[in-house]
Amino acid sequence: MAKKEKKTYSWKDMWYLFITFFKVGLFTFGGGYAMIPLIEKEVCEKRKWSSNNELLDILAISESTPGPIAVNTATFVGYRVAGFLGSFFATLGLILPSFAIIYLISIFYNTFMSWKIVDAAFKGIKVGVIILLFKAFLKIKKSVPFNLKNIIIFIIGISISLCASIFSWQINIGSFRLSISLLLILFGLLLGVISVITMKGENK
Amino acid sequence: MIYFELFYVFFYIGLFTFGGGYAMIPLITEETINRGWISSSTLSNFIAISESTPGPFAINIATFIGSQTGGILGSVCATIGVVLPSFIIILIIAAILTKFMKRKGVKTVLGTVSPIVLSLILSTAILFVIKMALYQGHNISSVEVKFDRESIALLLILAGLCIIYKKKKKKSLHPIAILGISALAGIILFGLFSF
Repeated sequence: MAKKEKKTYSWKDMWYLFITFFKVGLFTFGGGYAMIPLIEKEVCEKRKWSSNNELLDILAISESTPGPIAVNTATFVGYRVAGFLGSFFATLGLILPSFAIIYLISIFYNTFMSWKIVDAAFKGIKVGVIILLFKAFLKIKKSVPFNLKNIIIFIIGISISLCASIFSWQINIGSFRLSISLLLILFGLLLGVISVITMKGENK
Repeated sequence: MIYFELFYVFFYIGLFTFGGGYAMIPLITEETINRGWISSSTLSNFIAISESTPGPFAINIATFIGSQTGGILGSVCATIGVVLPSFIIILIIAAILTKFMKRKGVKTVLGTVSPIVLSLILSTAILFVIKMALYQGHNISSVEVKFDRESIALLLILAGLCIIYKKKKKKSLHPIAILGISALAGIILFGLFSF
């Protein structure tokens, strides 16, 4: 890659990247997978920045790296189209609508919540959110294979995290408070690395 | 300094959430509630707000908590913090490591994290149920536990509704529809009686 001659990109590319992902950020509710159809339409069909297959690869990589899928995809497509600046403008475009809308909401949040009817509505919504959390659980569950190893890891994870929150367990390193969720995720990564190292043979 | 703290807490929230979206909630719950940045009922309200506004959940929650804790500068710091790890990692991958991601090892590591993430989400959901079921100020370990019967009933009714809808229509009820119904039920249950 490094040996390729340096391409120059026009500001027009930056503008298109910015505006395309601005649209994606503005018009998708719920985030994550809800964004994929719009990204596909804009990136593959309209701008012809990548083929469908390439986009599938990009999505697979976005999914398996940390962070929000939409941000990952915007950065990736931006880089492919117009290098570092491209990825910057694509990501900025994606973030800006959320940022502006939520910032406005957060300013009015406290006033809004002091209305009785809103307070009552949100008491109901609290229950609705629980349903959404269980739905998220069921959805993600589909992508985790049902086998002994996973079941054991799952049981360890849920018992530790439930106990930790109910009995408020804490781990402090100096003045730094290490959260149990983070600790468990690190434990998962470590287990994964160990199983890769002990994995036999060629195609690591 | 609050701005720096917002930045680095959201930086590692961004760094350690695989899958994005709701997979972030356990880490956010633990980090931000324990720091006193947000109450658990505000967080629950915000999940609903984020679901009904555009944009990725991670950006929304970072902007919101940042702004509640440190104004506009706080929200900028938190949002940059949550985006930066993705941005850096993807740049590296896009520039040099695209092939590396297709290796089996990467999939194995991720495969081991996913049951942990799954367990964290379920545990958060259960915690939200416990918090909902008890009247405010009542703790699960206290002697006399008082239950919030209306909320428990509403949860059962809503869950039933979702299951029936899925059986009948072969697709699940849209999240915003669920929130709309629950808001309406909230107004009827908790609003009308107290007016």
